[in-house]
Amino acid sequence: MADQLIIGGHRFTSRFILGSGKFSLEIVEAVVENGGAEMVTLALRRANLGGEENILDYIPKQITLLPNTSGARTAEEAVKIARLAREINCGNFIKVEVIRDSKYLFPDNYETIKATEILAGEGFIVMPYMYPDLNVARDLVSAGAAAVMPLASPIGSNKGLSTRDFIEILVNEITVPIIVDAGIGRPSQACEAMEMGVDAIMCNTAVATAKNVPLMARAFGQAIESGRNAYLAGLGRVLTEAGEASSPLTGFLED
Amino acid sequence: MAKKRTNPMAYQPGMEMIASDIRDKVLKTVDNFDHFKVSSQDVEAALKKDHLSAEDYGALLSPAATPYLEEMAKKAIIETRKHFGNSIALFTPLYIANYCENNCVYCGFNCQNKIRRGKLTMTEMAEELQTIAKTGLKEILILTGESRFHSGVEYIGAAIKLATRYFSTIGIEIYPLNTDEYAYLKKCGADFVSVYQETYNLSKYEQVHLSGSKRVFPYRFDAQERALIGGMRGVSFGALLGLDDFRKDAFATGLHAAFILQKYPHAEIGFSTPRLRPFINNVDNNPNDVHEKQLLQVMLAYRLLMPFAGITISTRERAGFRDHVIGMVATKISAGVSVGVGGHEEEEKGDQQFEISDPRSVSEVHQMILKRGLQPVYSDYIRV
Amino acid sequence: MRVNGKEVSLDNNQSLMQFLVANQFDVATLAVARNGEIVPKANYDTVILCEADSLEVVRFVGGG
Repeated sequence: MADQLIIGGHRFTSRFILGSGKFSLEIVEAVVENGGAEMVTLALRRANLGGEENILDYIPKQITLLPNTSGARTAEEAVKIARLAREINCGNFIKVEVIRDSKYLFPDNYETIKATEILAGEGFIVMPYMYPDLNVARDLVSAGAAAVMPLASPIGSNKGLSTRDFIEILVNEITVPIIVDAGIGRPSQACEAMEMGVDAIMCNTAVATAKNVPLMARAFGQAIESGRNAYLAGLGRVLTEAGEASSPLTGFLED
Repeated sequence: MAKKRTNPMAYQPGMEMIASDIRDKVLKTVDNFDHFKVSSQDVEAALKKDHLSAEDYGALLSPAATPYLEEMAKKAIIETRKHFGNSIALFTPLYIANYCENNCVYCGFNCQNKIRRGKLTMTEMAEELQTIAKTGLKEILILTGESRFHSGVEYIGAAIKLATRYFSTIGIEIYPLNTDEYAYLKKCGADFVSVYQETYNLSKYEQVHLSGSKRVFPYRFDAQERALIGGMRGVSFGALLGLDDFRKDAFATGLHAAFILQKYPHAEIGFSTPRLRPFINNVDNNPNDVHEKQLLQVMLAYRLLMPFAGITISTRERAGFRDHVIGMVATKISAGVSVGVGGHEEEEKGDQQFEISDPRSVSEVHQMILKRGLQPVYSDYIRV
Repeated sequence: MRVNGKEVSLDNNQSLMQFLVANQFDVATLAVARNGEIVPKANYDTVILCEADSLEVVRFVGGG
């Protein structure tokens, strides 16, 4: 009985989702294999005349592709990109990313809700990238999101779980898979998020900027698996200092 | 010759059915949980957590948790203070009518009981409300027995409208209504609805609610949800502890509230813990092993399950118990109580529902709260 | 005709498919929007391009 990640009806054994930006193409394949990722995100850009290299050639065939709507600043743009991505014929998954803040790259939660509703209505399996806000997460689920992807800290910052408490609230309250995305800098941070009960981790920069990229991918894969196992095993009790009241609170009971 | 009784799952004419899976979820979870299989390790694990799962909550209601009452109390007091500070809210109930068509074996208002039935006229109501308001109270709970004929929705609506002249917060503890009726009473000025399921065990429920509208189990169960759909601000839950297995009933009560909150995150949740008490014509009823220890255990479990929910302590309990639970786990206390019809300004017009154990006035309870280092609060809302 | 913002020359009566193949595009890994509308892959053979058209040809790249 395997512990599987189920998104939009699709089953995954690995809870490591790899972002493919910031890599040279040759490395991508090694990273996917070492990290054990079963899902890789991709962006959509203009193709140039002439036979240029294609990232799809570097991603093993059984990997699920997760196109993202990066570049979109509004829901309308995100929807357009999603439809184009689907036209390339690699499945129904779409990561909705609507960013109109170029300093911190924070997602626009409300445009994301709008895009999610439209795309879910068109049969996409929508995975929205969001700033962790419980009300927004609920709206995304109502809009048809198959998962919710709260950021841990700004993209590329490698700062780790700045939004830990708010992600924990989402884990407690939201029923679809929670996938922490953006800002994870170390395998230990990925492990910590998984211990909290998060369903999967997406990362990119932390792997891509390591000295030994395939080995770092392996470290992340292992950390994510270990965090998940710790969560499933049920974390042990934290011993607290005993505090004694001067008289017992329950001393008044009769009969 | 045995009387042919109706099916407690069969809706009666006029009862609105809503599509909701909450009842199934609650009853299934309760059925699959055995309080007697809980170990002390399970209890300890639950007490270390900030966020209780259903299993953790069930563990705190089990016999294995009884030795941990003091630890539960220590944790509860922290949670209660975190969410409510030192505030204790005061209110009083006003029974405006005790006519009732239901045949519930445990209740003083049972339609078969020969008691004095009464119903306040608008004039009498105004006098009662004025008298109560003079004590400083700003929150009132309006109650009736179940009789659409004697105390119908319009009569109750008129009472609520009258009460808005004197009170900023109005709760109702009446028979279950349809969504549009709750919406009407909300418009009249009520904000909070209490409905006790009495017992969540269908076969026991069937045995004690012999006839009348209250016999219909699912219609009663879905009352809070209809109230919230109708726009009510908050709902309260409770089981009559001791009627059946109090652990299972408290378990179901907490789960019921939790699923409702999950579906209606804006709802204010409240709990009450009525325990079986003697009443006219039925002095043989036993409290059924729900001693003060078990009652406290239930209250503490509610607190730890939902640190932000209001918990009310009624005058069914003795003064000493009430004085100790406020601030530790209870956040709301009744005072200056009459549980007959009226009874504040004039002599009671109708007999009581149960016997009161704490007859203290509002000012006496106010003083007691201060003496315990807490803060009596009369109103959390203003009416605009 | 404009492709991805640049002017290109167009042979007469070229279908979209012919144009893409002639310019060494890997058709299986692209999507095309013509004058703002996505062209379904099934129609690549039947859509005939003209001088006034503006095409966006996109493919997957690393990202995210």
